[in-house]
Amino acid sequence: MVMFWVLLLAISILLYVLLDGADLGIGMLFGLARGEEKRRVMLSAVAPIWDGNETWLVVAGVILWGAFPVVYATLLSAFYLPLFLMLAGLILRGVAFEFRNKTQRMRWIWDLSFAGGSLVASFMQGTTVGALVEGLQVTNGQYSGGDFGWLTPFAALCGIGLCLGYALLGACWLVKKCDAEVRDRAHRQIRILAVSVLVFLVVVFVYALADHLPILHRWIDRPYLFVFPAIGAVAAIVLALSILRHNDHWPFYMVAVIFVSAFGTLALSFWPYLIPFVITIDEAAAPHSSLTFMFWGGAVVFPLMLLYTVISYSVFRGKVGTTAGHH
Amino acid sequence: MDMTALLLSRIQFAFTITFHIIFPSFTIGLAAWLTVLEALRLATGRPVYRVVFDFWLKIFGVAFGLGVVSGIVMAFQFGTNWSVLSKMSGPIQGPLLMYETFTAFMLEATFFGVLIFGRSRVPPWFYLFSTAMVGLGTTFSAFWIMVNNSWMQVPSGFVMENGAFVPNDWTKIIFNSVVWSRFPHMLLASYLTGAFCVAATGAWYVLRKEYHAESRIMLRMGLGLAAVLMPIQLFFGHLNGGYVNTYQPSKMAAIEGRWNDEKPAGEVLFAWPDVESRRNLFAITLPPPFGSLIDSDSLTAGETGLNSIPPENWPPVVIPFFSFRIMVGCGMVMLGLAWLGTYLSFKRRLERNRLVLWMTFLSFLLPFIAILTGWFTAEVGRQPWVVYGVLRTADAMTPFLSTREATISLLIFCAIYAFIFAFGTFYIYRLIRTGPAGKLFETPRLAVPSRPMSLANAGPIHEPSHVGAGE
Repeated sequence: MVMFWVLLLAISILLYVLLDGADLGIGMLFGLARGEEKRRVMLSAVAPIWDGNETWLVVAGVILWGAFPVVYATLLSAFYLPLFLMLAGLILRGVAFEFRNKTQRMRWIWDLSFAGGSLVASFMQGTTVGALVEGLQVTNGQYSGGDFGWLTPFAALCGIGLCLGYALLGACWLVKKCDAEVRDRAHRQIRILAVSVLVFLVVVFVYALADHLPILHRWIDRPYLFVFPAIGAVAAIVLALSILRHNDHWPFYMVAVIFVSAFGTLALSFWPYLIPFVITIDEAAAPHSSLTFMFWGGAVVFPLMLLYTVISYSVFRGKVGTTAGHH
Repeated sequence: MDMTALLLSRIQFAFTITFHIIFPSFTIGLAAWLTVLEALRLATGRPVYRVVFDFWLKIFGVAFGLGVVSGIVMAFQFGTNWSVLSKMSGPIQGPLLMYETFTAFMLEATFFGVLIFGRSRVPPWFYLFSTAMVGLGTTFSAFWIMVNNSWMQVPSGFVMENGAFVPNDWTKIIFNSVVWSRFPHMLLASYLTGAFCVAATGAWYVLRKEYHAESRIMLRMGLGLAAVLMPIQLFFGHLNGGYVNTYQPSKMAAIEGRWNDEKPAGEVLFAWPDVESRRNLFAITLPPPFGSLIDSDSLTAGETGLNSIPPENWPPVVIPFFSFRIMVGCGMVMLGLAWLGTYLSFKRRLERNRLVLWMTFLSFLLPFIAILTGWFTAEVGRQPWVVYGVLRTADAMTPFLSTREATISLLIFCAIYAFIFAFGTFYIYRLIRTGPAGKLFETPRLAVPSRPMSLANAGPIHEPSHVGAGE
């Protein structure tokens, strides 16, 4: 039963990262784009799906609370400020989708809140993961890192890294969904972003080596973990080839594979810990009576939610076209 | 323990949840109203029902979107500021909120898609079914939230193990009398909110001499529904008083402004409770046994006063005392207005009575005030407990939360909510001011179920240059 909920939690987080990651990435690239025409096309590539994507964050949150209450309580309170900044970013990003169309004069405010909200939310998510990898400062089962304990150089580096990664995912989505100018521009951005992400991964690796992060011992103990980076490397090569051949669809899927392999690497490196080296999955699990009560939600409703996500993406498949949004 | 951080956390939770509840209570009522309209259209075939339906569907979209946005915060706030509570009660509150999210996601999102896309693609009976399912989804949401909150009011069905509330009887947690008097009370409050907003909009159009057919439907149905529901709502309100009296004597004593044990008890109608000297100033009081009659349905029952409860277990007396009276006052005005308006409507004199029309127009605020003050009564009255009788609010807070952190987060929310609330309500106002406009609703090409606010873009009021995703 515990494994079942670990699986659902992992699926929810992974779906959130892949789906809303692309939306947030486009939000950041939106800030770089000039001209109303291009911005409209970029927006229409994600407008119908972003809200459903964001819901996976809430789904992950409530699964975490129901199935692993100790982790929910510990993580959310430890990451107090980054979490609220992330929520603020997500709210501003969300309402901007709707409100920028209601006004001409004030549109710049909503454009700013759209790009800025996406940037802040992405950076905070990356920083949080970075701080978690580095190790949460815990004394007697309680977080003791202080208000800004999460803001270390390594965590900030991971924040920048995730921004680059999301932007890459977003650019690939634009190439997949758009035509003409927007696609060509995204195509150029993919090259820069892909190289940046690669550089980032190398820097993080060197940093981890130099800093003797505990995660490294895991790698030495568990050589099979290198399967994931290997898959990621293959995906990176296919990505490079598909960009050179100007394929519109492969880049997105390859970047998604890279994200999945990064996620898998992290998750298995920490196994069986849910909060690295502090709380294991079994220690964190809610009592049996809670998990069995939740079972029907997970076994019946969760698959329906997955199905629903697939359907809404298939309704929206294909290019949005340059004329999208014109009357 | 940082007492300032505690106060700020409480203010933040109160602020964000007050902001949030405005939208769900509106949309639950509207979803039910949309179902009724669609059923009437199928039954009578009158096109005017379609026009009114399409008009309110747009407003539903905006309010629903704001509810979703502000609801996300609620899912995280238990863990950030109240980590001790969420760790202890996670085994019970976590699964309940998980079901809330899951059922809402499934029903609302799925069938909302049919509401937007489906007019021409599904048979009429299925469109009606989908409307009802969206309504059912919002109702389920409210249900799980009420189960969750009722457990915090009257905890049951659990044992304490290793400092956590471990559920041992879910039937008791979900199917207890407290849930089943509070959930209908909230549901009826939402229906009444919908009814008065609809009636107020109708009254406004009648006063402006616009949308003749539409405005009459809104006015008559809104007031008529309220006239029927108000007495039922008072009945459930009375049942709620019963559970408070049984399980939460300190809240009851504060609501009633009752200092001493009385048997039989009198009833304080109005007063200024002076907590320092433990007495009521300027009190207008009904003699015994009115208090016993109201609180215990008995002529002789004894009622507990605050003096026989240790002061450290008192709620802040003044807030529940007044918020309860404001709620009941709003309820009485709504009852009078609904009955008067319906009577005049039967006599076919309502549309000429400008005073009643104006009162109806302004009445849209009453249900919102009643809901907020009702929740203040329930939640502030529960203090100093977060889980009544078991866990104190002060002990439930994240122990290492600093004043600095709490200040920053509260400022962020005040700024952002003020910002989006101003724009959101202005936008709903503009939709209502523009009116149904007779133009049949067109499906926005790129609008989708998960993005209800895009619907509102379909209106005729936008500058033609606007674009975006859901034109």
